[in-house]
Amino acid sequence: MAVVFEKPKSMADVTMHYCPGCTHGIIHRLVCEVIDEMGIEGDTIGICPVGCSVMAYDYFNCDMIEAAHGRAPAVATGVKRTNPDKFVFTYQGDGDLAAIGTAETVHAATRGENIVVIFVNNTTYGMTGGQMAPTTLPGQVTQTTPYGRDPKLAGYPIRVCEMLATLRGTALAQRVAVNTVPRIKEAKKAIRKAFENQRDKKGFSIVEVLSTCPTNWGLSPVDALKRLEDDMIPYYPLGVYKDADAFSEKEGE
Amino acid sequence: MTHDILLAGFGGQGILFAGKILAYSGLMDDKEVSWLPSYGPEMRGGTCNCSVCISDDPIGSPLVVEPSILVVMNTPSLEKFKGSVKSDGFIIVDSSMVDGTVDRTDVKSFYIPATQLAQDNDLAGGANIIILGKLFRETGIVSAETFKKAVEKVVPAKKAALAANNLKALQIGINYEG
Amino acid sequence: MERNLMKGNEALAEAAIRAGCKCFFGYPITPQTEISAYLSKRFQKEGGIFLQAESEIAAINMVLGAASTGVRAMTSSSSPGISLKSEGISYIAGSDLPCVIINVQRGGPGLGGIQPSQADYWQATKALGHGDFQLLVYAPCSVQEMVDTVTKAFDLADEYRMPAMILADGLLGQMMEPVTFPEKKESFKDKPWAANGHGGKREHNIINSLYLQPDVLENSVKARFERYEDIKAKYAEAEMYLTDDADIIVTAYGATARVAKSAVNMAREQGIKAGLIRPITLWPFPVKEYQKAAETAKLFLCTEMSMGQMIDDVKLAINCSKPVEFYGRTGGVIPKPSEIFEEIKKYNGGAK
Repeated sequence: MAVVFEKPKSMADVTMHYCPGCTHGIIHRLVCEVIDEMGIEGDTIGICPVGCSVMAYDYFNCDMIEAAHGRAPAVATGVKRTNPDKFVFTYQGDGDLAAIGTAETVHAATRGENIVVIFVNNTTYGMTGGQMAPTTLPGQVTQTTPYGRDPKLAGYPIRVCEMLATLRGTALAQRVAVNTVPRIKEAKKAIRKAFENQRDKKGFSIVEVLSTCPTNWGLSPVDALKRLEDDMIPYYPLGVYKDADAFSEKEGE
Repeated sequence: MTHDILLAGFGGQGILFAGKILAYSGLMDDKEVSWLPSYGPEMRGGTCNCSVCISDDPIGSPLVVEPSILVVMNTPSLEKFKGSVKSDGFIIVDSSMVDGTVDRTDVKSFYIPATQLAQDNDLAGGANIIILGKLFRETGIVSAETFKKAVEKVVPAKKAALAANNLKALQIGINYEG
Repeated sequence: MERNLMKGNEALAEAAIRAGCKCFFGYPITPQTEISAYLSKRFQKEGGIFLQAESEIAAINMVLGAASTGVRAMTSSSSPGISLKSEGISYIAGSDLPCVIINVQRGGPGLGGIQPSQADYWQATKALGHGDFQLLVYAPCSVQEMVDTVTKAFDLADEYRMPAMILADGLLGQMMEPVTFPEKKESFKDKPWAANGHGGKREHNIINSLYLQPDVLENSVKARFERYEDIKAKYAEAEMYLTDDADIIVTAYGATARVAKSAVNMAREQGIKAGLIRPITLWPFPVKEYQKAAETAKLFLCTEMSMGQMIDDVKLAINCSKPVEFYGRTGGVIPKPSEIFEEIKKYNGGAK
C-alpha cells in the first residue's frame, strides 16, 4: 500500500504530553517537516523554553537543550556563535519570549543573531494553569485577570512581530496561524523561509504562530479555533512584518 | 630589603605609569614586585595613587599603607599621606604643584619643580618621569641603567620617540640638585 | 621563562586563552572589566568568540549554550553581577555542564561599593543558585596563582562536568605582579554528551536539568554528589605556612591571606609561634589540613574581608575542638598587617 502520510523522521516516535486539541503538536510537526525536507536533522540544535513545550526536547530527534525560563535566545546565541555552521532554533511560548525573556529576545534580534525563533502565542500561561500572559487580550479572563484584562490595571498586550520588525537585525518577522488547513500550509512556508534565512546567514528570523489553548480558555478544541479566528487575528493581524537581509548593505546605517 | 612606595597626585599626571616604570625597574633587577592602583568611579582629574612594592622576599599586602618612599604631585596628597611615611623614609615633592613643605624632621624630604621643568624642556606630561629621576638619585633603589631598560620594556617599540623623551626626562630629574 | 608584569584581570583572561577557552560572554562591571576588554581584543586575533551580552543573565545563558556544545566557555563578573548569574549557574550545574566563572569580588550587599571584598564566600560555596549542587571554588592569592588556577578550573570542570569558579577580589584583579603563562592547551577530553549536531551518527543528545519524577531527580542529584565525594578526596588544596609548631593558626584566603602572612611574619619576629593555613580551594574545603593543625594548635584566628563567613567552615573542619576567633574588615576596607598582628598578640596572651 502506498504511504500517503507519515511522521516526519526528525519527530520522535513518542506520545506527547499536550492536552487534546492543543496546536503545539501541529507546530512541532511543521518544524520537523522543514528539518526533514532540508535534510538538516544532524546539523540542528533546538532550544526548549519553560512553559507547555518544556519537554519538547523529547519530541525532536535532533540534539536538544533545555533553557531556563526566557533565556532560550541567549542559549541559542552561545550555541550558534560557537557552531556557526549548524542550524539553531528556539521554540518559545508567549510568557517565555515576551515577558521574562523580553531582553534576550530583543537583543538576539537586534544583534541579528542568525537563529530561528518559533514563537507560539496562545495568549495564556498554559503550563502553570492559565494566568495572564503578555499577549493576553484586553478583556480576556484568566486566572490572574478574573474580571478580564483591564489595560488600566494590567497594561496592554505586546505585538511581538511588529516590535521586532523595527530592529535592523531582524531578517524575518512573520505572524501565521494554525487554525485552518490553508493557514497551516502558510505557517510551514514561513518556518521554511526562516530556516533558509539561517542557511543564507540573513539574520534573526521569528515566526509567530497564533495557537490555541482549549484547556485554559475553557473551550472545546473547535470553539478554540474559532476564538483564534474571531478574537486573536483582529488584534494580531497575520502577515509579514519584515523580510530582509539584516546584513545587506542596502539598508546601510 | 623592601621598598614600599606610594605615588600620589591627580588623574592625568601619569602616576600609574610612573608606578609601572618603577615596578618594571624592580623586575629587571630580579626582585619581587607588585603594583596596585587606586581605583574608583571613572573620572578625569580625580585623585589618584599607586602602591609599588619592590622586595627581595615575596610581597605580602600590595597595598602600601606605611610607605618608605612617598612621591607626591599635588597638595591634597601631601597632606593626606605625609604622616604615614616611615621614620627615615623619603618624601619627594613636585614643588611646582604642591604648596607647603614637609613638617617632619624624621624623614628625608626633597623638592623638585618637576612640572615646571617638564614645560621648560618641552616635555609636556613628563613631570612624572622627572620626579622618578629625582627619586632614583636620592634613594638609589635601582640604577639608571635598570631604569632605562624598564622604559624600553614599558614603552612599545613603535613609540620609540616617547622612550627617548622619557630618558631625557629621567636625566633632568637625576641632574636636579635641590 | 620571561616574567612579565600583568594586571590580575588581564592575566585571568590570558590564562583562559592558554587553557583553551574558546568563548567569553560578559557584561561590564567594576572591578573586573579589564577581562572583557582584554578578551575582546585577543579573541578577534585568536579566532575565539567574545560577545558583550545585554545582561549578566544573558551572558551566563550564552555560556550554558556554548558549553552544551562541548567548547570551553567562560564568563566573569563582580558580586552584584554574580547574583544575577546565579539562576544560570544552577541550570549549568543541573545540566552537568563544565564552564568557568570568575568573581572579582567587591563590597556589598546591594550595589555596595567597588573596593575589594570577600563577602561572597557563602554565595560561592553554599548557595550560588537554588537546589542541591556545588561549584569548584578556587581562591588564588597572587596574579600567578590566578593563572595557575584558571587552568586547573577548566580541566577539573571538564573532568567532572561541573561549573568552576575563580573567587578573586578587586585587589587581585587590579594589581600587577610578575607572571608567566603555560603553553596553549590544544588537546581536550572528549565530550560525547555534547549537543553539537548528531550528524546522523548517534542518538540525539539532550542537555537538560528537568526531571519531573522525584525519584529520578533524586537519583540524578545523588549521582552528582557521589562525584563531589571523589573531588573532595582528591582536590582539596591549601598552603600550610609555619604551622608545624604554631600555637596560633591564622587562616585566610585570597588577598587577605597575603596580609595575614605578613602579620604571621611579624609575630614570628616577636617570638610568637604563629602559622597560616591558606585554603586554595574553598570548595572542596581543605578539611584535613585544618584537622592536622588542630592537633597541636591552641587557637585559630580566621581573618576575612567580610563579617565572618569562612569561619563557619573552619569551625566545622576542626569540629569546634579549638577556639576559633575572628577578625575582619568589610565594605571594601583592606585590613593592615598591623591590625592582624595586634589580634595575634591579643590571643597569644589569652591562649597561654
